[in-house]
Amino acid sequence: MTVNIDPLSGRDPDGDRPVLDIDHLQVTFATDGGPVHAVKDVSLEVRKGEVLAIVGESGSGKTVTARTILGLLPETASSSGAVVINGADVISVSAARLRQIRGRDVAMVFQEPSTALNPVFTVGWQIAEGIRAHTGSAGKRVSAKEARSRAVDALRKVGIPDPEHRVNYYPHQFSGGQKQRVVIAAALALNPGLIVADEPTTALDVTVQAEILELLRDLRDKYGTSIVLITHNMGVVADLADRVVVMYQGDVVEEAPARTLFAEPRQDYTRKLLAAVPHLGHNSASQGLTDRAHQDEEVVVEANNLTIEYPGRLGTPAFKAVDRVSFTLSRGEVFGLVGESGSGKTTIGRAIAGLNRTTGGSLRVLGYEMLNLRERTFKPLRKDIGFVFQDPAASFNPQLTIGDCIAEPMVIHTKPSPAQARKRVGELLESVQLPASYAGRYPHELSGGQRQRASLARALSLNPRLLIADEPTSALDVSVQAKVLELFKDIQQEFGFACLFISHDLAVVDILSSWVGVLYKGRLVEQGIGSQVMGNPQHDYTRRLIASLPVPDPQEQARRREENRALLGI
Amino acid sequence: MSIPAVPVPMESPRAPWYRRLPVVSHFNKSVGLQRGMLVAGLILTGAFVLTALFAPLLAPYGFSQLSDADGNFPTQQAPGGKHLLGTTVGGYDVLSRVIWGAQTAILVIVVAVVMSIVVGVVLGLVSGYLGGWLDRILVVIADAVYAFPSLLVAIVMAIVISGGQSSLIGGIFAAGTAITLVFIPQYFRVIRAETVRLKAEPFVESAKVVGASNIRIMSRHIYRNATRTLPLIFTLNASEAILILAGLGFLGFGIEPSSAAEWGFDLNKALADTTSGIWWTGMFPGLAIVLTVVGLTLVGESINDLNDPRLRGRKSTGGSSPAQVDTAAIATEVRAS
Repeated sequence: MTVNIDPLSGRDPDGDRPVLDIDHLQVTFATDGGPVHAVKDVSLEVRKGEVLAIVGESGSGKTVTARTILGLLPETASSSGAVVINGADVISVSAARLRQIRGRDVAMVFQEPSTALNPVFTVGWQIAEGIRAHTGSAGKRVSAKEARSRAVDALRKVGIPDPEHRVNYYPHQFSGGQKQRVVIAAALALNPGLIVADEPTTALDVTVQAEILELLRDLRDKYGTSIVLITHNMGVVADLADRVVVMYQGDVVEEAPARTLFAEPRQDYTRKLLAAVPHLGHNSASQGLTDRAHQDEEVVVEANNLTIEYPGRLGTPAFKAVDRVSFTLSRGEVFGLVGESGSGKTTIGRAIAGLNRTTGGSLRVLGYEMLNLRERTFKPLRKDIGFVFQDPAASFNPQLTIGDCIAEPMVIHTKPSPAQARKRVGELLESVQLPASYAGRYPHELSGGQRQRASLARALSLNPRLLIADEPTSALDVSVQAKVLELFKDIQQEFGFACLFISHDLAVVDILSSWVGVLYKGRLVEQGIGSQVMGNPQHDYTRRLIASLPVPDPQEQARRREENRALLGI
Repeated sequence: MSIPAVPVPMESPRAPWYRRLPVVSHFNKSVGLQRGMLVAGLILTGAFVLTALFAPLLAPYGFSQLSDADGNFPTQQAPGGKHLLGTTVGGYDVLSRVIWGAQTAILVIVVAVVMSIVVGVVLGLVSGYLGGWLDRILVVIADAVYAFPSLLVAIVMAIVISGGQSSLIGGIFAAGTAITLVFIPQYFRVIRAETVRLKAEPFVESAKVVGASNIRIMSRHIYRNATRTLPLIFTLNASEAILILAGLGFLGFGIEPSSAAEWGFDLNKALADTTSGIWWTGMFPGLAIVLTVVGLTLVGESINDLNDPRLRGRKSTGGSSPAQVDTAAIATEVRAS
């Protein structure tokens, strides 16, 4: 990085001009249903060394705005207004000039690091590709050797250990967090003044997210890089952003410094949005509990040294997804299972529903030993088990109406008459606060939150004794999530079923469940009353997990960050 | 056939049923060059179908007619006069043979494609959903049939089935079955691949969780979702079926001229004419084959492009009046880009 020291100061002597200036941007998409105005009127600017967060729910136009900055809109889009980066208007410049701007003046960090990197090239090659696409200092092409050494520099800058050696690694040899570091290194390779990061930590686990946020903060502090951060996660905003732009349906609703926005939001929409964000420690289901509740009632699920292995390929040992886990779940209780990706939490949920086979220990579900599962003998019990899937869009058959989908468990188990089924579907829809007329609609005609309510209605249709909810709200926007969680809580109290609530989000689990188990690499490292686990974690991993979760409050988050610096190793 | 294109959020859910039929909905979605291609294909295909339906009215003579009240037809007569497209070496009227040939072609298409769809879809569903040894055996058999040159399989089947006899129905079924055997692996593979993909979808798992039986899952949940691509394969295979039929006829395994008109057979008989400057006996059956295949392929390819939101062209937004914002549409666009 010695060749191209801070291009900004070279080209912009007064240093006062904004790095990015968006003026009355409008973006319209041509669709089958006529033109759709994704971005209606957005004006904003980003100064040098500033982190500007654009927040909003899905469909607010934040990603479209971000892609416009790099000229990455699809052919069906047309845009007007001005997006000025270092004096060049991205919307009106030629394709050749746009290529020069990309990488040198502005670079992008994508959401999913494993798809942003090409698996068949080494990471060094991929970083060097960007460097060699631009001319070097004397107007000549950068030599392969120099590009490589600059790639090594970039990798060192983002904290990849042993970069001289690892520059020759392929993407699959890095972990998820390291891959995202490589993506950031590629964005940094030409030292652009501006980085557009579109949900840079959404695909990552919280502990990894904390590291990436620290890295981005470092970039701003050390190199004066400006960052446009697109995210829906208010915790991330509180942790990193200097200034926040709130978008709603293609318009800017509010723009304010981060602290001001969180402390005193001016607009109703912002206030509602902030109120809906779950905050660890607030609104806990186990507030004031000292003993585990519901222990005198029937035990619905009992796991004893439960082990689940996935067979390995020829020559490799089997993979232990769940390793000697023991817990009980009683009637009326909500058991929150927390863990990062790959911790085995979903595997446990699926095993209880009979979708995965157990391989060791004992798992008794409603008195049935799952170790020797036979579909024929287990089928009668299935009417007592409800399952809510993560993605409400995919868990409904797109060819059937919502009513047919909700009635399906009844049709299979109790064989009601069509009139009875219709009546019951109407009742169920009303109990999840949907109009009964929605029974005639198809799944794609409902919004995400409505679909998840319908999914809950289907799970409840036979009054189950056990409900398994696998990340039921992680595909939803925060404001919708808040409503679904509330509904979920009410219904659980009304029907009194036992519930296994699986989530990666500690704050969400805390709202619903009184008893919480923390899974790490297949082992249940800690379990206890929710507020105690969250407030006074015993195991190292739980401590790290809780410390890395950003809270939606900039001041509190800054304090937490300082306190936990040692624990997080950042 | 089920209603295609489920994930088209833009299509109004309240559209009347006839607007949601495969080709009609595609026509409504199309614009510009894509619409031109689709229309051209539809016109050619429509002409082919109408010719086949009304062959008895359109054709001036029967397909095996060699004489009329005025006596025998002249042989190898140039186009014009009583015989608009001339006559062949055997004295058949070329125009009549071309028109009647459309009827044979469409019967073979229907027989072949319907039989292969039924067998292919059932085998694909069962094989993909149940998996295990049954799946492996069926895949190996399908691969083995694939490895055979399709015309060779068709020839063997034609010999086995027709066994030398040559009636209209026998000939059509011989050719149809021959083509069926070649096509089954295609339908089998497509449906099996879709089934394997759908098997892992949450909505199938949620059906499993509620305790639905395998047959119920296959028929109610997978079947309707797996067959969305069938209209596309249907049109593409229809054109291939014509080519195989013509190939069989050309090689002499088709239908005798006395039992039905067949374009490939006529081409074969016209082979010797080309060197003596008689162009009309070969050109018109050949043209009929080319136009029919082009028409069906255009329809198939257009449907293929229109089914894919990334390939589908759209009207420009320039200067249009503002419409209400549809957030779902934006999400779709962003995901598709």
